[in-house]
Amino acid sequence: MTNVDQWIMGIETSCDETAVAIIKNGREIAANIVASQIESHKRFGGVVPEIASRHHVEQITIVLEEALKQAGIQYDDLTAIAVTEGPGLVGALLVGVNAAKAVAFAHGIPLVGVHHIAGHIYANRLIAELQFPLIALVVSGGHTELVYMKEHGHFEVIGETRDDAAGEAYDKVARTLNLPYPGGPHIDRLAQEGEATIPLPRAWLEEGSYDFSFSGLKSAVINTVHNAEQRGEKIKPQELAASFQESVIDVLVTKTIKAASEYKVKQVLLAGGVAANKGLRTALEDKFKEIPNCELIIPPLALCTDNAAMIGAAGSIMFEKGIQSTMALNANPGLDISIHN
Amino acid sequence: MKVLSIDTSNYALGIALLDGDQVIGEYITNLKKNHSVRVMPAIEALMKDCDMKPSDLSKIVVAKGPGSYTGVRIGVTIAKTLAWTLNIPLSGVSSLEVLAASGRYFEGMISPLFDARRGQIYTSLYQFHNGKMVNQKKDQLLLSTDWAAQLKEQSERILFVGNDLPLHRSIFDEILGSQAVYAEMTEQNPRPAELALLGKDKEAEDVHTFVPNYIRLAEAEANWIKENKEKARK
Ligand SMILES: [Zn+2]
Repeated sequence: MTNVDQWIMGIETSCDETAVAIIKNGREIAANIVASQIESHKRFGGVVPEIASRHHVEQITIVLEEALKQAGIQYDDLTAIAVTEGPGLVGALLVGVNAAKAVAFAHGIPLVGVHHIAGHIYANRLIAELQFPLIALVVSGGHTELVYMKEHGHFEVIGETRDDAAGEAYDKVARTLNLPYPGGPHIDRLAQEGEATIPLPRAWLEEGSYDFSFSGLKSAVINTVHNAEQRGEKIKPQELAASFQESVIDVLVTKTIKAASEYKVKQVLLAGGVAANKGLRTALEDKFKEIPNCELIIPPLALCTDNAAMIGAAGSIMFEKGIQSTMALNANPGLDISIHN
Repeated sequence: MKVLSIDTSNYALGIALLDGDQVIGEYITNLKKNHSVRVMPAIEALMKDCDMKPSDLSKIVVAKGPGSYTGVRIGVTIAKTLAWTLNIPLSGVSSLEVLAASGRYFEGMISPLFDARRGQIYTSLYQFHNGKMVNQKKDQLLLSTDWAAQLKEQSERILFVGNDLPLHRSIFDEILGSQAVYAEMTEQNPRPAELALLGKDKEAEDVHTFVPNYIRLAEAEANWIKENKEKARK
């Protein structure tokens, strides 16, 4: 074959998006198709795993076809198929994993299992070339992690949440305020309209720890609302949202900046669905002016939420590292990100 | 015509290859093991043994349920993705019909069944007429006691087939007595070659819209519909 370009197909079905993308040479998006199920899950106030799995089966071949059409390539052009192996909802992951295996088998294309969070981190490589060492702040509905990378494909978790993920706390606070699902964007919007006047706790944990904890903050918000109700007072949702958001962002940004200086990194990457949060973006940008010689990269919104372009981007590097999966690849909801270090 | 059939809808994992009017390969296990890990390696190995490449295939046939939601989804996802990516037709066959094929030479009615927990079974009723299987009752989910009571109305003898029979046999014995006949141990696994045969001349499905036959709505959806009906009444 004279084709020297690397073409990776990415497949992502770990939660409620059925997504397929085609990535050229690790950094160029040739196709990026996402079929969102959010409208279906809204009525339940959250993602229902069995329903998510059923929707993935309904969508998978349609999304595959769209992606190939958009990229204008054939199966024979593909260098490898990358698929989210975990973590995520096991039934949902299984649809992507088995579809990926079927395509790989049918055309004799190498298969690469990819960690979902590695995907979120590599969404940044679709924006700018990565420079090491770097720190990634990963914040989503299921994750809050600080990941240190000394080189491509090498992931070291230096801090993670001990209870709720930041996105989970957002959803629960949104429910307390009777905001529709998903609540994160609503809180972010309300927070822009209010002042952070309500004192709420910040969990710094023990000295030097990069871990996070959001369950105390979540309970404090719920108590604040209940106590006000008992006194017959009404709390302004804008003020509560602003106070809650300030507390979350304060901890996230402070720990990230501290890690960035301590590890002397060249870049800080923001990753995950909560990276779409305006308050977080602004606060990080502001604080960043304090550390010289370190670049902050924040992907556009569409690459922060779950998508398959990020899986293709991560898959490109894993494939170059020589990582390949067999036809026995399984969905692994508890997959460890450092497994290939 | 080269047909690949796949059944992962229940505990048995089955794959078969038909070439024209011959069954050239068949693989069955009846184990409580992970289908997702095992089914593609099994397809790979069987096709290799049969000197067949994916591009040689002319049709995919899959058992579309009822059965384990996760199990049937694995088989259907692989089948529809293979059919779509190889650009060949896909047919779906009821998992119960595949099992009923074990009763090919039985004179009366055939009731294939899979246990569905809490005293329930997935079952239906089939009969062979001139070598062709005829569906007498649609695939359904119900208590085995209710099923036995319904069958008592039939005048014919009933052959029960399925690996889960021991869980319900005493009920059939009690209610149906000598009307109930039980398949031998060697007939209890759904045969993937029968699946291939049942599906090979069946009309092709629209691959994109093809989904398993779950029989039941997801629990959350059923509850949601019930709540909304109640709200509408108020
Ligand atoms: Zn995610």
